[in-house]
Amino acid sequence: MTAAELDIVLLSLKVAFWAMLGTLPVALVLAFWLARREFPGKALVDGVINLPLVLPPVVTGYLLLLTFGRNGAIGAFLEQHLGITFAFRWSGAALAAAVMGLPLAVRAMRQAIEAIDRRLEDAAATLGASPPWILLTVSLPLAVPGILNGLLLSFARSLGEFGATITFVSSIPGETQTLPLAIYNFTQVPGGDSAAWRLCVLSIALSLGALVLSEWLARAARHRVHA
Amino acid sequence: MTLEVAMAARAGQLALDVQFASSAAVTALFGPSGAGKTSVLNAIAGLLTPSRGRIVADGTVFWDAAGVNVPPHERRVGYVFQEGRLLPHLDVRVNLLYGRFFRRAAERSRDFDAVVSLLDLAHLLERRPRHLSGGEKQRVAIGRALLASPRLLLMDEPLASLDAPRKSEILYYIERLRDETRVPIVYVSHSVEEVVRLADTVVRMEAGRVVEAGPIFGRLEGGAVVETRVASHDLAWGLTRLAFAGGELYAADVDALVGERVRVRIRAQDVSLAVSRPSGVSMLNILEATVRSLDGSAGASVDVRLELAGAELLARVTRKSASELGIEPGKRVFALIKSVAIDRLSVGYA
Repeated sequence: MTAAELDIVLLSLKVAFWAMLGTLPVALVLAFWLARREFPGKALVDGVINLPLVLPPVVTGYLLLLTFGRNGAIGAFLEQHLGITFAFRWSGAALAAAVMGLPLAVRAMRQAIEAIDRRLEDAAATLGASPPWILLTVSLPLAVPGILNGLLLSFARSLGEFGATITFVSSIPGETQTLPLAIYNFTQVPGGDSAAWRLCVLSIALSLGALVLSEWLARAARHRVHA
Repeated sequence: MTLEVAMAARAGQLALDVQFASSAAVTALFGPSGAGKTSVLNAIAGLLTPSRGRIVADGTVFWDAAGVNVPPHERRVGYVFQEGRLLPHLDVRVNLLYGRFFRRAAERSRDFDAVVSLLDLAHLLERRPRHLSGGEKQRVAIGRALLASPRLLLMDEPLASLDAPRKSEILYYIERLRDETRVPIVYVSHSVEEVVRLADTVVRMEAGRVVEAGPIFGRLEGGAVVETRVASHDLAWGLTRLAFAGGELYAADVDALVGERVRVRIRAQDVSLAVSRPSGVSMLNILEATVRSLDGSAGASVDVRLELAGAELLARVTRKSASELGIEPGKRVFALIKSVAIDRLSVGYA
């Protein structure tokens, strides 16, 4: 692996890691909300969360550019008041990856939360646990395998994110050019075939590693919860 | 400690309308499956909200239609569920300490080691619930409820999922609990044997309503419960002499020590009546009694309620015999009980 290739891999991992970390609280709250509450417009909320799954990624990317770009409503506010910039930064790539992976994470976590035996929560209540304590000591631990699974899906999805990223933050080497973007870039220049091929192999190894790790973690977590 | 329940609620298909009060050490909610017994427990625990009524325990209003609703975690009732409901991700020790953690130090009335030894849990502490047998799970569930220092213990058919040997094992622990911890218990069951062995007050329920409520003695459906004390064992004949206020009873080889209290259930159909002391009969148990009332005059048989020095018996005779013998309230009669008819299973230690 050359130094340039290593940089690309590390950037991809950084983007995927932060996308996963940012997804965690949002997906968890959404998953609990959808699993436990009935409210008007629930189907609509569910639909909006799942939209990135079915929308052309370029549309998601363009919408992100319109809202989180320098002139976008949220983007301008964040830049002026908090000094956070997403446009054409690696953090923007992470945001795009997080949005694309969110439906997968929410779905996995929601299923895990729906599978929790509510009667165990009742039992905890009779033992003196208030609702926040029940959440912390019963519901969350029992949902851990699903939560981990959701996070790893988000991570894996982030490693492969292409369309929304290139639309939102472009393909800037060293800043937003993750593995898929770099591969695409090499396929577009004459004589870039061998470089593209090397990156493809790296990409396959990385994704496979993530999948094996996720399977191993999920099994360990299931064992902890149900053993 | 007094428990007052007056509530109406919907539980699935069942419309509940229940009213009873009890200050017994063990109150049994007794009746067939689907009578609404568990729903009553859930309402006491706060897991089910009634539509109207009032639930008061030990002077604390748990729920009142007028606007009181103490949340479940503040009611301090220990609940032993039918299926245990141990927390699967925690080992036995943490399960046991779970409820204790939420009590202020001043409220912690139980010593961990004392409960562990009461229920023989020492060798299970490091295990996960999945690696416990059914009986062990229930013992842990009982210990967990106790360690939460409850004012009241609710038990929902804690023996239902167990086989016969496990049943008698857990029953033994529940008896120890009742006699050693002094926490009042509300015990839901559809088993006459368990109720006879444990309860002092019985609330009989059917289809969401209370059919009958009162002290257990003399009041169980189709028979009577008499509390006796083992007077002596007659090894030569394999009999045990049981003494109670109204006289003495012989039972076949009761497995209890002299001086121990034993509850006996005597079924109405095993009691015959005579107007004078009979001689030359095979029955060993002949007790003098006074007729208190006759119920169930329709049909061929009638249930005669008898009183003998504070105890009660029920005799089922044909209406024809009752009429021919002139049985009416106040009359002195002799009750003939087959000693072998004393149901071994229902002999309990109190």
